[in-house]
This record gives sequence, C-alpha cells and structure tokens, in this order.
Amino acid sequence: MAKLGSVAELEKWRETIQASRDPSKLCITVCGGTGCRALESQAVSTAFREELQRQALESRVDLRMTGCHGFCERGPLVVIFPERIFYPGVTSDDVPEIVSKTIVGGEVIERLLYKDPKTGQKVVHEYDVPFYKEQQRILMANNGLIDPTKIEDYIAVGGYKALAKVLFEMTPEQVIEEIKRSGLRGRGGAGFPTGRKWEDCRRAAGDVKYVIINADEGDPGAYQDRSLVEGNPHSILEGLIIGGYAVGAQEGFIYIRNEYPMAVDNIRLAAQQAEEYGLLGKDILGSGFDFTFRVHRGAGAFVCGESSALMRSMEGFAGEPRAKRIHATEKGLWDRPTVLNNVKTWASVAHIINKGADWFSSIGVEKSKGTMVFSLVGKINNTGLVEVPMGISLRRLIYDIGGGIPGDKKFKAVQTGGPSGGCIPESLVDLTVDYESLTVAGSMMGSGGMIVMDEGTCMVDTARYFLGFTNVESCGKCTACREGVMRMYTILDDITHGRGKEGDIELLEELGETTRDGALCALGRTAPNPVLTTLRYFRDEYQAHIRDKKCPAGVCKDLITFSIIAENCTGCGVCLRDCPQGAISGEKKKPHVINPDKCIRCGICREVCRFDAIRVE
Amino acid sequence: MVDTNKVDAFIDKYGGEQRALTALLLDIQTEYNYLPQGALRRVAERMGMPLIRVYQVAAFYKAFSLKPRGKHLITVCLGTACHVRGAVRIVEQAGRSLGIAPGETSKDRQFTLETVNCLGCCALGPIMVVDGKYHGKMSASRVDRVLKEYVEAREAAANG
Repeated sequence: MAKLGSVAELEKWRETIQASRDPSKLCITVCGGTGCRALESQAVSTAFREELQRQALESRVDLRMTGCHGFCERGPLVVIFPERIFYPGVTSDDVPEIVSKTIVGGEVIERLLYKDPKTGQKVVHEYDVPFYKEQQRILMANNGLIDPTKIEDYIAVGGYKALAKVLFEMTPEQVIEEIKRSGLRGRGGAGFPTGRKWEDCRRAAGDVKYVIINADEGDPGAYQDRSLVEGNPHSILEGLIIGGYAVGAQEGFIYIRNEYPMAVDNIRLAAQQAEEYGLLGKDILGSGFDFTFRVHRGAGAFVCGESSALMRSMEGFAGEPRAKRIHATEKGLWDRPTVLNNVKTWASVAHIINKGADWFSSIGVEKSKGTMVFSLVGKINNTGLVEVPMGISLRRLIYDIGGGIPGDKKFKAVQTGGPSGGCIPESLVDLTVDYESLTVAGSMMGSGGMIVMDEGTCMVDTARYFLGFTNVESCGKCTACREGVMRMYTILDDITHGRGKEGDIELLEELGETTRDGALCALGRTAPNPVLTTLRYFRDEYQAHIRDKKCPAGVCKDLITFSIIAENCTGCGVCLRDCPQGAISGEKKKPHVINPDKCIRCGICREVCRFDAIRVE
Repeated sequence: MVDTNKVDAFIDKYGGEQRALTALLLDIQTEYNYLPQGALRRVAERMGMPLIRVYQVAAFYKAFSLKPRGKHLITVCLGTACHVRGAVRIVEQAGRSLGIAPGETSKDRQFTLETVNCLGCCALGPIMVVDGKYHGKMSASRVDRVLKEYVEAREAAANG
C-alpha cells in the first residue's frame, strides 16, 4: 500500500478496513500477554488454528492473538466474540470441545466458565466478571480487542485519528492547552503536570528538541507499561508523535527494558508499519511535519528510570544521574530541550485529543484526573492489571476487584510505588488512591505497582528486601545514597538475623531522613520510604525482632523454630521424604519430630504438609 | 575465541556511533552469552574510545557478564510479588541443588544461577526460569523435581 498522503486517505482506508469486518462474525481471541504465554497460550492458539482447519471453519471464524487482558491469574484467557463468552484457564485439550460446542453449536460450556468465588455463580461474559466489572478501561480498553502486530486493527478502532486532528486542526499551543486543561499528570510516579512540562519544552530555546517514552519499568511487581507496549504499541507511538508536534521535536525515542523482548519487537514493528503508511517519517499525512523514531534498549539498571540517568544512558554512557538544577525541558538529551514521559502518559494523549480535556478531567478526583493502571499482585486472589479512576479506595481495589486475600488470611498492608514507595497498613484501607493521599500516607503512586501483603509477611523483612534492592541498584555517585542505603540495609539485615540492638530504630530514622534530604536523585531520596513507613505503621514488629528476638510473622529464619504438632501429624511421611537435611524422623503413621540441630528452617515441610501439622514460632 | 569479523559486523551495524555502545554490547552478549575481553578490546579500538570507557558501561549494567556463563541458565525472580510468596526459599533450594550461590557458575560450566528483579509475571509467582522455560507457582519442594533432569544429564555425562 502507498503512503497515506492526506487525512481523507487515512479515513478512506479506515472505512475500507471497517467495511471488510463483519462485527457479527465469530472471533476467537487468545491472550498473548507475557503472563498467558508463560501459561502456554501460544499452544492454545495453535490448537485453535488446527481445529478450525480440521473442521473447515477458517473462513467463518477469525482467530486472533491479542495483547494482555490483565486477568493474569486465570490465564490463558480465551474470549469469543461477538458475545464475549469468557473462558479462563483454557488448555489445548479444551480446544476441540470449544470449537464443536461453542463455535459450531452456539452452546456455552459450563465447566469452562469463570466461577465467582464469593457467590459461587458461573459468569458467562467477560464484562460481568467482578474483576473487570469494577474497572474503567481506557488505556487498556483495546488490549483485548486488537492484534498488536497489525496496524489495521488499530486503525479499525480509531487509531491515528487524534494525530490527524492535531496536525490539521490544531496549533501546537492548542494541543498543549488541551493537555493542560485535561489535568493529566505524569504516570511514572512523580505526577508532574504533563501540559506544563510540554509548555516548558516548547518555550525552551533551540531548534532541535526530543521527546522520549520512558518504558524502563524497573519497579519489581509492576508490569503494566510492558503490557501496554506489547498489547497496543501504536497508541503510545501516536501519543509520542502528537507530543513531538506540540513541543516542536522531530525526533522521538523509546527507552525500553531489554528484559521485555516482546515489547521491543512490537514497538519496532509498529514504528515500521506507521512509517510504511506515512504516519511516521517525512511529511506525515501530507502535513509537512517530519518525525523520526528510534528504539533504545536498556541493559538492566534500575536507576535508568530516573530522567537524567536515562538520558545519560541513551548517550552511550553508564546511567548516572546528575543534579537537576536545569530541567530536562531546557537541557536534556545531548543538552537539548527534552520531554520524557511514562508509557501511560503517552498512551493517554490520543484519548484526550479525541474526546476532549473536559471528558478526561471528569474522571478522577480534584487533583488527580483520569485513570491509573495498577498491577495488583502478591497475596491477592485476582492477580492482574486493573485500570481504575484515580481516587478509588484501596478497599474497592483489594476486595471488589482483587477478590481479597487467598486462604482467608488477614490483610496486613499494601505496598505501592515500588522501592520508592511505602507500606500502607490495613487501618488505612479506606484511603483513596491519588497522588496526594498516597504521599501523605508516606508512600507514592510510583508507576502503579500494588503489592498486597497478608499476616504471613514480615514488615521488617519487607523493608530489608527493598533496601537490599536499592543497595544493589544505587549507582554510587552520591554519598548520601551510597552510604546511607548501605547502612540502613546492614542494620535491617542485622535485625532480621536477631542481631538488632536498642537504638537501631532511632538510627534507622536518622539515616532515613538524612538520605532523603541529601541524595542526588529520586532513587536515593525515596529509598528510605519502605523503612520509614514500616517504622511508622509497624514499629511493634521491629521491637519484637530487636527486644524479644522474635519474628511475629514467622519469616525471619534466625528468629523462628519449626516443630511438629503431634495431634495434627498423621505420620504420612511426606515431610520426612522431602526434608533436604534429613532433620525429620518418625515411624509411619506415628507423629514425626524435627531435630532442631539439623533443621535449616527452609520451610519445605510446612509447604508439603497437608494436615497443618508444622508449627512455626 | 573471539571472531573479530563477527564483532566488526556488529560494530558496523551501528555505524560506529558512540551512543550505540550499549546496543552493541547487548548484541555481543547475546552472541557469546558474556562479554569476552577480546571483543571489548576490539570495540574500543574500532570505535576509537579508551578501553576503560567500554568497561565502564560493561560493568555498570546488569545485563552484561564479564565472566563466561554456564550451559544452562537458571533464573529465579525476586520481584516483590515473588518475594512475598517465598521466592527466597526457591533460590536457596536451587543453590543447594546445584551447589552454587546466586550469581555463580558451576565449575563444569553447566549451570549458572541468577536472580532477576522482576519478570512481570507476578500472577505465576514465585517463578523459576530454566533456559527460557517458565516454571510458575514454584515451591521449594518442586525445585528439585524441575532441576532433576538437568542434574541427571550432567551426572550421566560426568560418568560416562
């Protein structure tokens, strides 16, 4: 196909694509997100292809591998359109039955349906599943509908309409004004107003300017950016080109983790397709606006998510941050004015242009507008990606959407904002989730990771975990972060090993405050948050470790002992067989015992015991 | 041995641009599974930069290894979601089974055990990846069962 030379040609192409698609035609979609792929969804897709061939149904039924649907807990996910019949956890063995009964016979297969654990009711349609029902999907809306490797699919759902509108109907200033009015704030975590950032860059002196997508999603437990780049790459690219037009940049980049190979492939392919059709490159849609795009792969350094480190890394150096006395919007990449925004920020742009600033600002709360995509993970029933309006309560997120805590355990805390964030305790479960309230609670929005913890999670160990992470990831350039984080980690490590002493808590607080005030970049400044929040909300747990040498959650190995509860033990011998140390002895069908001198407290016996007979104290 | 022509081909692919140093090293790492000294020397020479400048980048980023790695790569995810679901027990058990600590390669270069900050498959946590194959919902007791075939193959090779 030739390049699209005008808006009319784009719209004509869109009509042709839409006309060729029959909305009532049966279409089987299989989730192709990384989570579902790890659960063999590709084999399921292949099985469908073969079965459709075998039953000679290929012309009557479409088969599509889509982006991530978000309900990763129940993968591989299969949705059958147009009715949106939802089959979670499908295996290749189920495929012939689905084709024969549902596709040919129009019959819903009861045993494959999602069962609501609360009511016990079976749910037929995807949109009725409680996990999806409570969400408001804007950025994620098309992930389950389109094949991310086909530009036609994106065009069919209105793709590049916003770009056309901007190029022919709006001045750059009008675009910036619209983004400002929408109230969109940076989705990477800090929440800087996007429109203002763009305006600063537009006003900065210089002919050469850059726009960059920050897809260096480094927070452990957060994977929504990957999912968007994998599942709907054109939506991010379209936002970036619009941003380039608005600030006066003709070159754009994505900085993306090399650990996300499929996301790298999909964004590269998207750029190639956009260029083929004249939506990227020289004279886009005949508007006279030129824009080129390049992919930069990261090489595994958490600090590179920080803007100045990211740009240093793109220049081909070690990614060390610099003091930001001068903003990147004035001197960024190669000292040129640069706008760097998170994936979700860029993905919001086309929606704002298409539906207007008023529509966007009607979603959310006073200072936090629009939706946010969270990855709800950890000790939660419905692990997955959820998109909700800003200002939703933690309670609704965790209980209504997340389905509560597995095994009827008690909810203890939720960790937001990754290593830069903090732990919010159960007592604040009615807190609304927006930039301000999370900061007041001592945490932060971050890039949207939300890790749920139950009574079996030790908060001192959690703080130690995050400080261990930042200790390794600190680039070592500034003293406050390099030494402060290392010292905090050593103290926490001592406490979890039973070597804590009086005064440690106060020392941790002092070190935390000093690091927060003295560090060069956001990594160091926010690194103490996991310690400071756990000290604020779970001080008694620290005291139990230090004074009583006990770990109330039963996690810290040096402070716990394993023993067998004789009344519960049936003498089945499973733990005896699996113990790597040979520390368990006992006759068959008689209560076993653990030899504490041999026991290394690895926890395998507790894992394999089916009778709740292992006591941890 | 490092094939100079191969390294040159990678360098030429990026037109010798300084900014492409990371991308170039990623390609070399993919080819050799680590960064051989000879390749780094060639990069410095061809790109006209001091060797220390190449090593600075090679040592800074976690994707790069300056030491050869084992035939089988075992990666355990230590992301937060995996951590709260007991990933530490998985690494420890894998280390015990293979006789190496995280970050190490076994003497016979059969196994390398590594940890990763997050694979973004939190629903499947804890996760252990063996040569690219994901093993989700791991438990310490399952580690040996997953590694068994690899360990047995090593023993069989050693014995005969």
